[in-house]
Formats: sequence, structure tokens, C-alpha cells
Amino acid sequence: MFTETPFIRKKKRNEVIAKCFFGFMAAAMVIPLFLIVGYIVVQGAPAISWEFLTENPRSGGAKGGIWAAIVGTFYIVFFSLAFSAPIGVLAAVYLNEYATENWFTRIVNLAVVNLAGVPSIVHGLFGVGAFVYFANFNDGKKSIIAAALTLAVMTLPVIIASTKEALSAVPRQFREACWNVGATRWQVIWKIVLPNSISGILTGVILQVSRTAGETAPVMLTGVATYKLLDSTGLFLYHPIKDQCMALSMHLYYIATQANNVPKATPFAIATVLIGVVLIVNAAAIAFRVYLRSRKKW
Amino acid sequence: MTTATLNPPAAAGVDYAITTRDLKLWYAKFQALLGITCNIKKGQITSLIGPSGCGKTTLLRCFNRVNERYGYVTTTGEIKLLGKNIYDPDVSLIELRKSIGMVFQRPNPLPISVYENVVFGLRIHDEQGLKKSDYDDAVEKALTEVGLWNDLKDRLQMKATGLQLEQQQKLCIARLLPLKPEIILMDEPCSALDVGGTRAIEELMFALKGRYTIVIVTHNMAQARRASDECIFMLMGELIEHTLTTEMFVTPKNQKTAEYIEGRYG
Ligand SMILES: Nc1ncnc2c1ncn2[C@@H]1O[C@H](COP(=O)(O)OP(=O)(O)O)[C@@H](O)[C@H]1O
Ligand SMILES: [Mg+2]
Repeated sequence: MFTETPFIRKKKRNEVIAKCFFGFMAAAMVIPLFLIVGYIVVQGAPAISWEFLTENPRSGGAKGGIWAAIVGTFYIVFFSLAFSAPIGVLAAVYLNEYATENWFTRIVNLAVVNLAGVPSIVHGLFGVGAFVYFANFNDGKKSIIAAALTLAVMTLPVIIASTKEALSAVPRQFREACWNVGATRWQVIWKIVLPNSISGILTGVILQVSRTAGETAPVMLTGVATYKLLDSTGLFLYHPIKDQCMALSMHLYYIATQANNVPKATPFAIATVLIGVVLIVNAAAIAFRVYLRSRKKW
Repeated sequence: MTTATLNPPAAAGVDYAITTRDLKLWYAKFQALLGITCNIKKGQITSLIGPSGCGKTTLLRCFNRVNERYGYVTTTGEIKLLGKNIYDPDVSLIELRKSIGMVFQRPNPLPISVYENVVFGLRIHDEQGLKKSDYDDAVEKALTEVGLWNDLKDRLQMKATGLQLEQQQKLCIARLLPLKPEIILMDEPCSALDVGGTRAIEELMFALKGRYTIVIVTHNMAQARRASDECIFMLMGELIEHTLTTEMFVTPKNQKTAEYIEGRYG
């Protein structure tokens, strides 16, 4: 009675094999991550100093620091998300909460899915036409705003998709409970749906921070220069419409491939700072998320 | 079989809370209600029985027009609540749903505090700027009415989703009361509860009876028998029999009703 048969033993063995196999795959995912980040940080850390962070590049980037590129990256991330996050979230709320299934919403959903798959260089080319020349913010020259808008267009479909996902994870029964006491759609959204999906929504937006900070091709075409200081003192910041800017991603590309006499550690140092910037922005967003959750209402 | 005896027409001098005439409903192409005509008396408990999928939930959800939230639903026929045709152009869905409370099979408290759950309806309909004390009173009154006040008065700020199922279900009923609904619709309110919880909800129904008209869908014959004044038996989207509960369970007139309540199918 209740003893192990060979058949059960075989099943148990398969179980162990499956567990090991899947565990190995999970580990295989993590190892490269640590190797890459570790390698970069170890190589780059010695070159990072206060001066490196706060001084402007000299001698074609071979000497000096990367202050302008750090500021430029913050500019691009900030302005880009300032467009894409609110528009994306509101569009997703409309699509998920208000829209009924019809030809219009089908087209929008189709566009969202397909836009998310367009390569970034294509977005860059679109940005040149749409924001540099057509919108013409800066007399046909590249500008921070054009780069930010290009990246906004690029991240918008992803933010819409992730926000919709977060919204539809709110159980239907909560909505029904609200409808049945005569709540309007907006009341349901504001009081129940958003508070319960805000974490997921912000997570989706946060993921786009690193994407925005890391993109090189589209911003190179639309608003990032290889060499553009804030000003000689390095104190006055960029003008978002009239200026181009430097950016860490572009600077890294330039230093690693185009510049001469660059110390070997410098590209790694830039990469380390880029990772650090992304982490800082993410940490800020996560702190914001925690703050929202801690307030009673949200 | 004369429908007149199986489904008595509206009688003069009787107050009806819900009357429907030839109510038909389609989910896209699928017809779920095949012409329901019924008269549900005011202040009574009417139970709705029938095998799974016969359209009980659908019928219930017609009464507050919540089916329409699905874009693909079509309804024809007439529904009057308290004498008012709810498809009249001047009917506001918000006002309608406010005065028709609904309780679901699975308790569905909102993921906010007990207190906020009870006043949720009040808050969203608050025009005249109720004071904190008004809300406090409403909470005490509603929770007392469903018998939760003594258990929960010190835990009003706890999240409602953390309560026991029975308490959750009572809370869902309490949530309706501050809006002073005329009619409470219950869709298998006890099917997620144990024996004790079921008894508690039934007792609550008796306590609310008279002031509110209650329509309860149930799978549980014994419950229909214990708890309701009148009983409606449905089958495949049709109303088969509507009589006093005592009559239905003692002398069912339709063969199918008899077979169902004897448990030959369901
Ligand atoms: N939202 C819906 N969309 C399509 N068909 C539905 C929907 N809800 C219910 N139905 C169908 O309508 C019929 C009646 O369902 P329902 O009213 O839920 O039955 P009951 O509550 O008596 O079990 C069933 O055949 C069911 O499949
Ligand atoms: Mg049902």
C-alpha cells in the first residue's frame, strides 16, 4: 500500500531533471548580466573621479570629463518621458476603459503593436523628417526637443501596451462592484482602477527610462551632437529647443570608435556612468511608486 | 398547460417592484432570454431557480441594465421597476443603478478599507457635501443592519479584502444600504459561504425583507424553500413557473419544474 512503483520513480526522476534544466536556464540568464555589469564596472571604476563627472571633455574627448553628456542624457530622458508617459497612460486608459471594440480601436491597437516593433533607426529617420524639418523647432537644425519627441514616439507604443496590461490586471469584479452602485467610468478609474494598477503602470514607464537613455541611433540623427558644451563655465544648462546636446550613449560610441588617444578605461567609465544614471532615475521612479502606495488613497 | 396558472398575470391592487413584458436578450447571436414576462411583488423575497446556464444571472442583470456594458448585448421588451419603464429616455443609468443594489456570487469588496467600502456609494453620489459625521453615522447604521458592527467597529480601517468571506459578503450588502436602494438583487450570494455564513445571510435577508424587495438567484433548493416567498423556475431562457414558494415545492404544476426540484437534473 502506498509504496513507490517504478512508474512513480520514473516520474519523480523526470521531475528532478526538469527542475534542474529550468533552473540552469534561469541561472544562464543571470550570469551574463553579472559578468557584463561586473566587467564594465571593474574596468571603468578607476577612471571615474569627481573631475570626470563634473568637467567638460577636452582634447576631442581624450581628456577631461563627461559632464555635458550626463546633463544631456538627463534632458533627453526627462523631455521624452514628459511626452510619452502621460500620453501613453491616458491613451491606454481610453483604450482599456472607455473604448468599445470597433474599427477605430482595432486600428489603434494594430498601430500600437506594429509601432513597437519598428527598429529605432527607422524612428530616427522619421524624427528627422517630422521633428527636425517639418516641425522645424530650430531652423532646420537638430534640437533636444526633436530628439526627445523622436524617442517619445518610439517608447509610446510600449508604454501603451504595458499600461493596458496593468489596467486589465485589475479584476473585473471591482469594476462591476462600482457600476452597481452607479459609479461613472471616470469614478471607477480614479478611485479603483488607477490606485490598483499604478505600480504596474510605473514599472512599464520605468523600463522605458533605460531604453531612452541608451538609444544612440535615433538621437544622433535628431538632436545629439558629438561635441556640445553647456557653455564655457559648464554651469548654464542647455536650451531644450535652441540647443543640441551631448548624450552618454552617443559619447560612448564616439569615444570608443572615433576619438584618438583615449585611455582604455574611459569608454568603460562612460558605460558605468550610463548604467548609474539609469539606476538613479529608476530608483527615483521606484521611490515615487513607494510614496504613492504609502498614501492611503493610492 | 395554461401559462396563466403557471405565471399569474399582474393582479389589481398588488404592488409590484419589477414587471417585465416579453423580455428578450441576445449575447451577439445567442439568445439567452426567450421572452420573459413576470411580476415580482414589492417587499417580498423572490427566488430564481433553474439549472446552470438557464439565464438567471442574465435576467437579474437586466434589471439594472448592467448587461449593456457589454457592447454586443441586445435587449427587447419592457422592464418596469416600481412602475417606471427603465428604458424610458429620461432614465439615468446612474440613478437606476443607485437604487438597485446587487450582490454577487463571489463577495467583491473593493480593495479599500471597510469604512470606505461602506461609504463608497455615498461618496460618489455626494452632491451636498456630507460631513465626516454623516459618513460615520452611515457606516455605523449600515454595519449594524448587517450585523457586522460589533465585530468590525474597531477595525474599520482594515482592508476589506482581508475579511472572512462571510463578513465580506455582509459588507457587500452593507455597502448598498446607505444609498437606500428599493430593490436588492442577489446572485447566488451564499455559494461561496459555509453553512454558518449561509444562515447568517438568510437571516439578514429576513431582516431586510419588507423594506427592500429582494430577488435572489440560488442553486440551493432548500435555500429557495426556506428563504423566499415566491419562486420563479427558469429553463433554457424561459420562465416555466412562478408561484408561491410553498406551492412550488409541494405541488409543482409543470412537469419540468417537478423534475428539477426533485433533483433529476440541474
Ligand atoms: N457575457 C456573456 N457573453 C456571452 N454569453 C453569455 C454571457 N453571459 C452568459 N452567457 C450565456 O447566456 C446563458 C445564460 O447565462 P447565465 O445568465 O449566466 O445563466 P445562469 O446564471 O442561469 O447560470 C448561458 O448559456 C451563457 O453561456
Ligand atoms: Mg449565474
